[in-house]
Amino acid sequence: MLKVIRDLLRYDGRFRVAFIFLLATFIMSAISYVSPQDPGRTFQVPLDRSPSLQYPFGTNSRGQDVFWWMTFAVRNSLYLGLITAAVSRVIAIFVGLTAGYRGGYVDRILMSVNDSFVVMPVLPLLILLSFLFRGRMGLTGLGVLMGLFGWPWDARLIRSQVLSLKERSFTRTAQYCGAKDFHITIFEHLPFVLPIVFATTINNMIWSIGMEVTLGVLGLSNVTLPTIGTTIYWANAHQAMVAGIWWWLMAPVVVSVVMFLGLYLLSQSVNEYIDPRTRLRRIGA
Amino acid sequence: MRNFILRYLLPRLGQYLVVIFLGVTITYIIPRLSPSDPVERQVAEIMVSGAHFGPEAIAHMRDALTDMYGLRGSPIEQYLAFWARMFQGDLGPSLSRFPTPVISLIARALPWTLGLLITAVMISWVIGNILGAYASYYEKSGIMKVIDVASQAVRPIPYYIVAVIFLIVFAYFFPIFPAGGAYPVGRRIEMSIWAVQTILRHSALPALSLVTVGMGAWFIGMKSLTSNIISEDYVVYAEVTGLPQRKILYGYIMPNALLPQVTGLALNLGMIFSGALILEVVFVYPGMGMLTYQAVLANDYSLIMGIAIFSIVGVATAVLILDLIYPLFDPRVRHQ
Repeated sequence: MLKVIRDLLRYDGRFRVAFIFLLATFIMSAISYVSPQDPGRTFQVPLDRSPSLQYPFGTNSRGQDVFWWMTFAVRNSLYLGLITAAVSRVIAIFVGLTAGYRGGYVDRILMSVNDSFVVMPVLPLLILLSFLFRGRMGLTGLGVLMGLFGWPWDARLIRSQVLSLKERSFTRTAQYCGAKDFHITIFEHLPFVLPIVFATTINNMIWSIGMEVTLGVLGLSNVTLPTIGTTIYWANAHQAMVAGIWWWLMAPVVVSVVMFLGLYLLSQSVNEYIDPRTRLRRIGA
Repeated sequence: MRNFILRYLLPRLGQYLVVIFLGVTITYIIPRLSPSDPVERQVAEIMVSGAHFGPEAIAHMRDALTDMYGLRGSPIEQYLAFWARMFQGDLGPSLSRFPTPVISLIARALPWTLGLLITAVMISWVIGNILGAYASYYEKSGIMKVIDVASQAVRPIPYYIVAVIFLIVFAYFFPIFPAGGAYPVGRRIEMSIWAVQTILRHSALPALSLVTVGMGAWFIGMKSLTSNIISEDYVVYAEVTGLPQRKILYGYIMPNALLPQVTGLALNLGMIFSGALILEVVFVYPGMGMLTYQAVLANDYSLIMGIAIFSIVGVATAVLILDLIYPLFDPRVRHQ
């Protein structure tokens, strides 16, 4: 593992950028644990100070240090992404493995449900759901909810892998040896699929963190919790742009651009690492 | 022809019905997951919000709410009644602007969203695909490399963030474009050159944000699709025969890569639509997104529900139309 990271750092420019950006993101979320400021409290520092040495990201109209608030926001957004990714991975793996391995009518039913979820505009549904459970839903609840909608693309990808795995001779051998279907899918097929699962996990995190930004801006996630979305919500609620407090909006923008680019470049570089053909093409073979 | 209908048309229609069935069923089930009585809660919330209604209006509202949530009769009856109203295009009255029907609010907002969305999607799809093909055909070109890096950088960032960046740069630091709205407040829109001009000026920033993100995505997709095609034998042969490069690019390379891009457009419509909704909120653009935002602020459950159902049906229909014209591009589907 360490060796792989070292090699990628040495030879892949995108991975280097991703590594630096994600390191910054992780450090940011880690130092939230030593924050001198409780994000739940307001009027801790002078209002509306522009960025300075003392307040690197400035202070906002609620009397909070934007920098320390953002450390919590990054941590919460990452946590949300992980929850969503975990829930939707379980569904995606289950649907993908089953549809691919079973084939026939099981496959047809699962895939038509799958494609319906792909086509459906998720945002209005999520707005409806989080509207109903507003205030009663924490980050974990929101993460699970998004996980229920975030699986279909990846289920299709996993299914297509299993379709080819099924035709390999080792599957046939296992079947003739009397292995149960469950055993074959979990112990024989799943390991082959895991690299894709990892790459799609990152994409799924990007999707869910972006979705939270959207819901947060609308005031539909729990606005007392600091996340990237709720930061923008509060800035809008205090009309930061009209009042000229641009750093209040700039902070979540910069932080999220760093985080999203880091995650995206990581998934690109991992994808390439998984698929050796693209690696070969790059070195010109 | 018979084969075409059986193998292509019927499955597509079936898929369309499944999407609508699932969407409407989900919107049917969701209110029933809520532990408290939704009717009483809504009435209480509306009363708290300070609006004044006579007892008759409240009784009417309670009635409308019970109807709208479909809470009369057994669950099966309720479910069937829910569908019956859907077929009549009846989404119930709006709660915050009682008794205006939800459907007429949507009808007022829809042209704005459609105008913005269709223009932006077409521009970004066409330009993104042309540039993507150029980028893989002229690999060494410096401009293409710049576009490539820019697309990769924009690709993962949510619409909302891109929009805020544009807003800060072009409406705050360099006030070239108005910061929001679709026309100056207080002016009625009539057909005139002035009206067209202001609407275009106000729509420029939201459209620009949509085009920037969309173009990046189509660019990246097209580039990776064509990068496999340019090493195909028939392309090499076309080059050896000395065909002009333009002809090779437009006549030989792009048509083959365009098909997956059309499919991609159909599959991504839902996501693009969601992105456009949120852009409207940033730019205070009076379309479906703004309507959703207002509905959330006003606690207007029936409006949100109507928008959700309408969006699902609308996007599914758009995808179906794309699927139905797909055979025009792909002769293989026609001659199956």
